[in-house]
Amino acid sequence: MPSDAEIAAVFRQESGRIVATLIRMTGDWDLAEECVQDAFARALERWPRDGVPHRPGAWLTTTARNLALDRLRRSAVEAAKLREAAELREFSERDGESGDSGISDDLLRLIFTCCHPALALEARVALTLRTVAGLSTAEIARAFLVPEPTMAKRLVRAKQKIRNAGIPYRVPPGHLLPERLGGVLGVLYLLFSEGYAATAGADLVRQGLCAEAIRLAGTLADLMPDEPEVRGLRALMLLHDARRAARLDDAGDLILLEDQDRGSWDADRVAEGTRLLDTALRRGRPGPYQVQAAIAACHATAASAGETDWAQIALLYGRLVMMIPSPVVELNRAVAVAMADGPAAGLALVEHLAGAGALASYHLLPATRAHLLRRLDRTDEAAAAYREALALAPTDVERRYLTRRLAETQGDERVRK
Amino acid sequence: MKYMLLICVDDTIKPTAAEPTIEQWLAEVEGKRLDGSVLRPVRDATTVRTRGDEVLLSDGPFAETREYIAGYDIVECADLDEAIQIAARHPCARFGAVEVRPFAED
Repeated sequence: MPSDAEIAAVFRQESGRIVATLIRMTGDWDLAEECVQDAFARALERWPRDGVPHRPGAWLTTTARNLALDRLRRSAVEAAKLREAAELREFSERDGESGDSGISDDLLRLIFTCCHPALALEARVALTLRTVAGLSTAEIARAFLVPEPTMAKRLVRAKQKIRNAGIPYRVPPGHLLPERLGGVLGVLYLLFSEGYAATAGADLVRQGLCAEAIRLAGTLADLMPDEPEVRGLRALMLLHDARRAARLDDAGDLILLEDQDRGSWDADRVAEGTRLLDTALRRGRPGPYQVQAAIAACHATAASAGETDWAQIALLYGRLVMMIPSPVVELNRAVAVAMADGPAAGLALVEHLAGAGALASYHLLPATRAHLLRRLDRTDEAAAAYREALALAPTDVERRYLTRRLAETQGDERVRK
Repeated sequence: MKYMLLICVDDTIKPTAAEPTIEQWLAEVEGKRLDGSVLRPVRDATTVRTRGDEVLLSDGPFAETREYIAGYDIVECADLDEAIQIAARHPCARFGAVEVRPFAED
């Protein structure tokens, strides 16, 4: 007999699809969510007694749909409600014939609607976690470090806007798709980044955002097999996630990539990420996520820091700059060029960026300059640049790191004197 | 669904001469646009407030901002995506802003 935890796992797996189908049938997000919750409660009651049905997802969908029908009939005092109930019955009969493909379309509709650009970014993220991933409002609030009522209000407002502003429940047509898919991938990557930035002491739900983002990207990749950027994003996430445990030391301080214990990287994740990236690249339509994943793969598959293929990484950053022109990407390219062609070449690119006035308040610009100046034995200038970076660094972890580097740089000078 | 497009402009920003022109836009939205007009500038506006029995008048718009509503269009669309598409093609969207507001209807 299944345990509550096993039933909860089924629910987590299936709830997005079921909610998606119920929203299409009823056009009512709240009704859909409530009926799916109730169907799950019924499963918790029956499955331990009768066993898990052959197709648990179908059982939950049918149960939720019947609950929705009952509710609509009971409240069908007005003719409009009766009509809704009739349409719902019609819908469900048609669904019986169309099989699973219609249900996959529903999930895609739900994902694209949750990530509609007319919603605020934070609302898109919250709504995706709530309805697609099946997290509770309390869990999402904990993950984003806001009080539960705040998160509840955010979700209510988002659903109201979808209804009141007429945001369509559909997969966008071809001419809108590239832009909208980019928006969906952006939401998933933001989810991942939130989880990745969470420190070891952080709430488990917050850390779990990475796994959730990887799972959602996997679902999306199954639904849109012809879009290589979806696989590229999932590969990128897997390759970053493989290094998660090696990033911080016991005190919670940053460990640079070159100093990380490569043995503690998750080899299975690296293998899965690179395999996925290869299938994406074979489509011959590279995009920013595939290129970033390729860069991550260069790092993840180097046997040691010294064996990293920096020339290849510099080349990839060059392509990335063309796809997404951004000073942050330029700065990363400068680091790769410094590793491939020597610190002077990298410094020239950094000075050029600084000269253009880009990234004036971004601590990693002076930090990178400092690092390269130090390698060129220009110690005084390096120390000044480290101090500049320290003044801009946003977190304690980074300030501690920069303070150590500054002290070492001043040590270099004493050695020379 | 019915949407109101509020056309917001800022006099300090010069209109960019680009396609589509307002005539082209009007031709494009033929059949979707129910009504609309350019409004006289805010210096011709009068703001009315009734407080108790007193009617208070002030010269000018209800809020003094650099951006102001220069006109409006009412469009009938299938959904927000269509309204956004129409708004994005409005010539003023290139240098000003178009606020898309759904009508509150049952």
